[in-house]
Amino acid sequence: MVLTADDRAALGGEHGPAIRMAMKILTRMLPAFGTDRLLDITAAHIDSSLFQGDATLIYAETLARKGARVVVPATLNVSGVDEHGWQQWSVPPEWASKAHRQMVAYQSMGCKPTWTCAPYQEAERPGLGQQIAWGESSAVVFANSVLGARTERYPDLMDICAAITGRAPAAGLHLSENRAGQMLFRLRNIPTALQKSDSFYCVLGHLIGARTGRWIPVIDGLHHIPSEDQLKALGAAMASSGSVALFHAVGVTPEAPSLEAALMGRQPVQTVSLALEDLRRARAELSTHDGKALDMIVLGSPHFSLNEFQALAALVEGRRCAPKVRFLITASRFVRTVAERQGHLEKIQAFGGTVTVDTCLLTTPMLPDTVRILMTNSAKYAYYSPGLLKTSVVFGSLRDCVGSAIAGKVDIDDSLWAL
Amino acid sequence: MGLVIQGRVLVPGEAEGVVMASDEPLSFWGGYDQVTGEIIDRRHPLSGRNAANAILAIPASRGSSTTTAVLLEAIRRRTAPAALITQDPDSFLTLASVVADELFRCPVPVVALGAAEFRLLRSGQHARVCDDGRIEIRDGIDHN
Repeated sequence: MVLTADDRAALGGEHGPAIRMAMKILTRMLPAFGTDRLLDITAAHIDSSLFQGDATLIYAETLARKGARVVVPATLNVSGVDEHGWQQWSVPPEWASKAHRQMVAYQSMGCKPTWTCAPYQEAERPGLGQQIAWGESSAVVFANSVLGARTERYPDLMDICAAITGRAPAAGLHLSENRAGQMLFRLRNIPTALQKSDSFYCVLGHLIGARTGRWIPVIDGLHHIPSEDQLKALGAAMASSGSVALFHAVGVTPEAPSLEAALMGRQPVQTVSLALEDLRRARAELSTHDGKALDMIVLGSPHFSLNEFQALAALVEGRRCAPKVRFLITASRFVRTVAERQGHLEKIQAFGGTVTVDTCLLTTPMLPDTVRILMTNSAKYAYYSPGLLKTSVVFGSLRDCVGSAIAGKVDIDDSLWAL
Repeated sequence: MGLVIQGRVLVPGEAEGVVMASDEPLSFWGGYDQVTGEIIDRRHPLSGRNAANAILAIPASRGSSTTTAVLLEAIRRRTAPAALITQDPDSFLTLASVVADELFRCPVPVVALGAAEFRLLRSGQHARVCDDGRIEIRDGIDHN
């Protein structure tokens, strides 16, 4: 290992026991990252905040007890519980109590209590070329691809080590030479009307994530400039069905002004044409249920943005959700507060919708046993719900979700996807 | 006679058991039940199988950053695989074992093989993982 004098001092315990433990973990991880050195980072996003049982709590409290403090600005990802709203759901009190202790431990280290998987919707954003250490797969792909910041896909428990030491492995996507696009996906005859729809980005992401393996995908042939929410959905879908930490979209993302720039002048390892038929198949994969029955709508993975609140409020204004259907939005405290001030929340609540903050449906045991069939506009919720929640899931657009909630049964408009 | 493969050690350790292999990457978050050891990603070929104490061979982890936390909790509960064998070095699985060592002194061996050797592993084989990264496959294999 090629460590600096300061790294060695940290490893030797000269900066205290917490930095020693964090540096020991970081240096033991260097072989897995294929490097022998570390580099400086200037910000972190901490996915270690997720409570996954006693082990993650013991880890957090061990670091806190050793006096850990973050040395770079660090935002916190979702926690294991909605701190102030968990009693309204089926969360066991013991879980709530332990998840809350874990929240307290990370706050004691100086992390910002953002409690969101979409920190780029509120906190100061990292800029082009900035070295950061982020956890949360959907946030990592957004930071690298949409913001042009530089982070590896850090696993939970490692992001906090980077924040405590200000160091991360000098490897992977931190280095320019590793950021070239590798697998080229060309869109063939995909109608512009479809390209403008939100669901298209979920489906495209789901398809590319599964096809690209560990290659960095490049998307060519978009004739619509996607919104930030569409890019958020695209990346989150790729990071669920695959391990994508960076994608380039030619003419859209900052490191891809041209196809040649996206590939950094190299040849793609493979070129894949994507036609409407491929997308239709991928769309079908996102649903595990084809009946009409419906128990709950869930929106907001990654966390709902202010623009999404606004769009939803406009769709539901003056309407009523069917009484037997639950309607849940997951968001951050910050975005919920702004949505409330702007009057969106009132309309959504009058419709019958509720908002859970700090966490999401997948990371806290809030779902009542009676809920068997979910509907969502999120590829990430669609991907993970069958395994984590043991529910069936139906994927649809935001408009489909609202229409189905009103009708009390699944009602999907397929017209944009017709051949 | 068995087959011996030399892997690259990411976390050293010894383990022995039945191989459970797939050429499909797995997210432990949403894919592995830390209470039982069952593989619960319903889109994964190993869905429904129990990998607790098996020699789990997957090309890599995928998806969520929380794979590490789930695997760490499984190690603490003793529902984790006895060893993890991947194709390429996998930081998510390696980290869970490194932290299990730091916190609980109970790491799980993690070994990376490379593509050609990885393909030699098949579900149902009996394998022994050695401290130096050697993997002895002792029966249940057709060498032809």
